[in-house]
Amino acid sequence: MVYFIIKRLIQSVFVMLAVAFLAFSLFRFVGDPITQMTGVETSVADQERLREELGLNDPFITQFVRFTGDMLQGDFGFSYRTRQPVAEMIADRIPATLELGIVALLISLVVGIPAGVYTALRPRGVVSQTILMTTLIGISVPTFVIGIMLIFLFGVQLGWLPTFGRGGTVQIGGWESSFFTVDGWRALILPAITLGVYQLTLTMRLVRAEMMEVMRSDYIRFATARGVPMRRLYLKHALANTMVPVITIIGLQFGGVIAFSIVTESVFQWPGMGLLFLESIRFVDIPVMGVYLVVIAFFFVLVNLIVDMLYVAIDPRLRVKDAA
Amino acid sequence: MLTIKDLAVKFPSRFGDVTAIEDVDLTIKPGEIHGLVGESGAGKSTVGAAVIGLISTPGYIANGEITLDDTDLRALTAEQAHAVRGDRISMIFQDPQTSLNPLMTVEDQLIETIQTHSDVSHSEAHKRAVDLLEEIGIKNAAERIKSYPHQFSGGMRQRVVIALALCTDPELIIADEPTTALDVAVQQQVLDLLRELADRRNIAFLLITHDIGVIAQIADRVTVMRNGKVMESGETEQVLGAPTHPYTVALMDAVPPLDRKIARFRLPVENDIAAQTTAKGADAQKWLLDGEQTPATGLTVKNLTMRFRGTRTSLWQKPDHFTALDDVSFAVRPGTIMGLVGESGSGKSTLAKVLTGLLNPSDGTMTLGDAPLPPAKQRSRHHPSRRLMQMVFQDPYSSLNSRHKIGAILSEPLWLYGLVTDADERRALAISMLDLVGMPADVIDKYPHQFSGGQRQRIAVARAILARPKFLICDEPTSALDVSIQAQVLNLLKDLQATFGLTILFITHNMSVARQMADDMIVLRNGKIEETGASETLFTTPKAPYTQTLLDLTPKMPSEWRRAG
Repeated sequence: MVYFIIKRLIQSVFVMLAVAFLAFSLFRFVGDPITQMTGVETSVADQERLREELGLNDPFITQFVRFTGDMLQGDFGFSYRTRQPVAEMIADRIPATLELGIVALLISLVVGIPAGVYTALRPRGVVSQTILMTTLIGISVPTFVIGIMLIFLFGVQLGWLPTFGRGGTVQIGGWESSFFTVDGWRALILPAITLGVYQLTLTMRLVRAEMMEVMRSDYIRFATARGVPMRRLYLKHALANTMVPVITIIGLQFGGVIAFSIVTESVFQWPGMGLLFLESIRFVDIPVMGVYLVVIAFFFVLVNLIVDMLYVAIDPRLRVKDAA
Repeated sequence: MLTIKDLAVKFPSRFGDVTAIEDVDLTIKPGEIHGLVGESGAGKSTVGAAVIGLISTPGYIANGEITLDDTDLRALTAEQAHAVRGDRISMIFQDPQTSLNPLMTVEDQLIETIQTHSDVSHSEAHKRAVDLLEEIGIKNAAERIKSYPHQFSGGMRQRVVIALALCTDPELIIADEPTTALDVAVQQQVLDLLRELADRRNIAFLLITHDIGVIAQIADRVTVMRNGKVMESGETEQVLGAPTHPYTVALMDAVPPLDRKIARFRLPVENDIAAQTTAKGADAQKWLLDGEQTPATGLTVKNLTMRFRGTRTSLWQKPDHFTALDDVSFAVRPGTIMGLVGESGSGKSTLAKVLTGLLNPSDGTMTLGDAPLPPAKQRSRHHPSRRLMQMVFQDPYSSLNSRHKIGAILSEPLWLYGLVTDADERRALAISMLDLVGMPADVIDKYPHQFSGGQRQRIAVARAILARPKFLICDEPTSALDVSIQAQVLNLLKDLQATFGLTILFITHNMSVARQMADDMIVLRNGKIEETGASETLFTTPKAPYTQTLLDLTPKMPSEWRRAG
């Protein structure tokens, strides 16, 4: 187990290095940093001096090592646009995106898994068919359309929920949370649903397919033949066995939810990383874009590491035979 | 006592109901083992499923009565039926690898089942579970019970399955091919256990199997089924000793004898298909014989060793090696059949893979005919042995590409080895070859799924032969097939071997089949050769104790039960 985690960690380091390299290339080669930083009135001599000071004339490898070293020490450079440290800007935005992503994930799990189990057990029922049809629509319509429709219905027509922003937030340490005010929750509902719909459908369909497969297996037939109560049969025997592929996809998708919350954040003017990324693109704020890339990659690596450990927790066959 | 009367099960389909079984009558007394025997598609398992109320949807019981003592099993509601399951009727499945939940410990599964059916505390249930495992022959049960199913070997796992079926003291246990997936030694232990349980606990068993040998060994009564109907039923001694129905006779005849060698496998009912070869097959035969300029090719293997790296358990220690083949040396004489027997895990299939270049041996040399046979890593894809050595696999369901038509499957060796360049010629040859293996010409435009297991295996043989091989490796070619189909395929192999002077390495776990097929024999155990020599000598006077054990354990019928032949 320890060996397995160490192996995964070493692999993760290489993934992060590769991403850092990409981010660095972006910073170094997409446009000239000096022209980005200075105006037309800066003389060529000054530009050259700046270039020398910033170390932009050093060999490529030296620059990359310095870039990676700085990152490891928490120095992510400065934004071209706001002149603020990028680390601060990202840190300000991370809570909003993470909270949105986590709530979206929870919605998709809490609704998706039971719905998947239900539709697997009653594949021909009217309710199942309705659920399947509805979610098919949900998955076919683009996210921003769903967002706009929700805003129109609950925000504009009914006026129940706010249509933009995070509502009331509370500062806990450096973390700005909307979990502790009613207002914050109200603001969270619509964007979380919008973001979660796609993953909900995916989770449901995957659980359904896996569950139907597992229900045909010999050990379920044997458990049925032993008279194990149906409820226990479905929830303990069958559902646990569907989980390995399901958490793989949920894990990958959660990384995706964090990374691609851009659309939802822009529809709801949600002050998260996605919105920051959009603004950075508009102003060609290369340092912010580079760091965004690294942070998102870090999330992916982290989530997948957790997924790998969950496999081992769920499936005893993956544990090293220590006492065999 | 279980009584079944006039039972019929139907499966609705678009073209009306399909009858799976009909007019089935059967009674089982407590403490009696009732064998239900028949070939695949006979409806044996459907009878078992009907009794326990688990007929796969959309099948339904169309007619008949099933009663257990005074309980009418058909009159029960879904809940009542589910309460009977496990409590009064239990079931044992074929494959212990798949019939236990891999994510739960044996303890959890046992305790859950016990607590479902009787109102006992967790510790009481635990005690019962441990006692039961001890009783059933699992040593150190108090420790072992905490293990997960994958931590048990095949035979031990089947014991766990039996313990699960037994833990609620049922009156009737349906055992659906309980030993088919097991090695002979383990099979013997499991059968002994069933017999013992029937005698000691007075449990009634419905033993569903395709293996008459198993029935002969432990069943009190037997029912022979075919195409959903009962052919013959009665005391085992009477049915198998003096069979009255021609199908029972035929079924018994098809079982290859262990105690002597017969010229050809006897076929029940159907005619010998390979013998019907018409003029069409002559083209393929001529073409194949045209390539037959060189004499038959033998194979010599010296000091072959195959080690696999074990799973790594630590960063610092080197993982352990697992030796699948340990210093194996033998020679297959040109134009003969070498039988290779051994239990699962003995290295039979590993040997086949090393020979065909699918695995790279750790050590040793191989010689095919006069030319050295390079190990996998040095054997180029154009090496002549790639054509000269062909293979027939065990499972005909997965060894033919389901997206290719039979024509494409059979033409492949012809163009791959550059034997025939013209497409039309290839097709004509494929059709002719089909005739040689006893299949009609219109087969060529069909897909593999349209054929039965036996037909597919004949196609697989045809594909191997079309490469004009000198050496054929058959890895358990008939263990997935019924006895009558097995007889056909093996007769076909014998015919082809004689006609084309092939040398064959015939891998099997079935001693009876090995005796009929092989000229020479190798007995393999844990990667080592236990005994090798001329087949008849080995079977009549085995030298290695292990060979003797294998022979003793093979279920056989008392010799007076078989008609002289």
